[in-house]
Amino acid sequence: MLPVISSFALGVLFAFGLAISEMIDPARVTGFLDIFGRWDPTLFFVMGGALAVTVTLFPWIQKRERSLLGEPFHMPAQSHIEARLIIGAAIFGIGWGLAGLCPGPAIAGLASGSGGVLLFVLAMIAGQWLAGRFNPR
Amino acid sequence: MAETNLFGGLTGGMLIGLAAALLLLVNGRIAGISGILGGLITANSPSERLWRGAFIIGLVCGAAIYSWLYGGLPLQLQAGNLLLLLAGLLVGFGTRLGSGCTSGHGVCGLARRSPRSLVATATFIACGMLTVYVMRHVF
Repeated sequence: MLPVISSFALGVLFAFGLAISEMIDPARVTGFLDIFGRWDPTLFFVMGGALAVTVTLFPWIQKRERSLLGEPFHMPAQSHIEARLIIGAAIFGIGWGLAGLCPGPAIAGLASGSGGVLLFVLAMIAGQWLAGRFNPR
Repeated sequence: MAETNLFGGLTGGMLIGLAAALLLLVNGRIAGISGILGGLITANSPSERLWRGAFIIGLVCGAAIYSWLYGGLPLQLQAGNLLLLLAGLLVGFGTRLGSGCTSGHGVCGLARRSPRSLVATATFIACGMLTVYVMRHVF
């Protein structure tokens, strides 16, 4: 039960970060991506703030044998830069630019009750499912 | 467009980073939202589904609590329903194919000094910028 409680609490904390930084707002994201218009660097500061914490803490955490709850660390195993990584990131980037939404802000944004955000999240789940069928790992 | 939110950006960003670091420290997991969501559907053990589901519900509840405390969420949609549908499909398909999104590759992967995540992050930011350029300044 403890992993479920901590996971829930950290989801709450993550969403607070998204709301306070306004990354939950697609206008902020497209404002950042619009480098040829009125560029809004807020996302740059969000990334900077987040990375300042993770870059400092991750190496220290990874020195441990196991997590606080006794789990082994589940780290991504792949190390090769293959075509599917770049093609996938490119497709994601196009979708991100079209709506200004990526998975975290979209899921947190469901709390707004917006039908458009719900539509995006359902389409995103369908897209993940399609990618799994088309090119399973 | 609103002014740059320097203070909110930095403090909110640090909270995101803290949540990611604590998920690794406490649960031994990478806070990649697309991966957590994807695994919710593909995972075969109940415990896998439970922590993933709890994180996703936590995200929605966190935003709901924020909205209740501060009287709403800052959220202005930038696209109509057809574009949202297309964008959602591309984001879902691309993050699954490319093994991650802004949080997994951007916040966690770069902290792990993963070359894959560096390439992925540079690629999706460049493609996002190109897309917004075409949408706003070409058409």
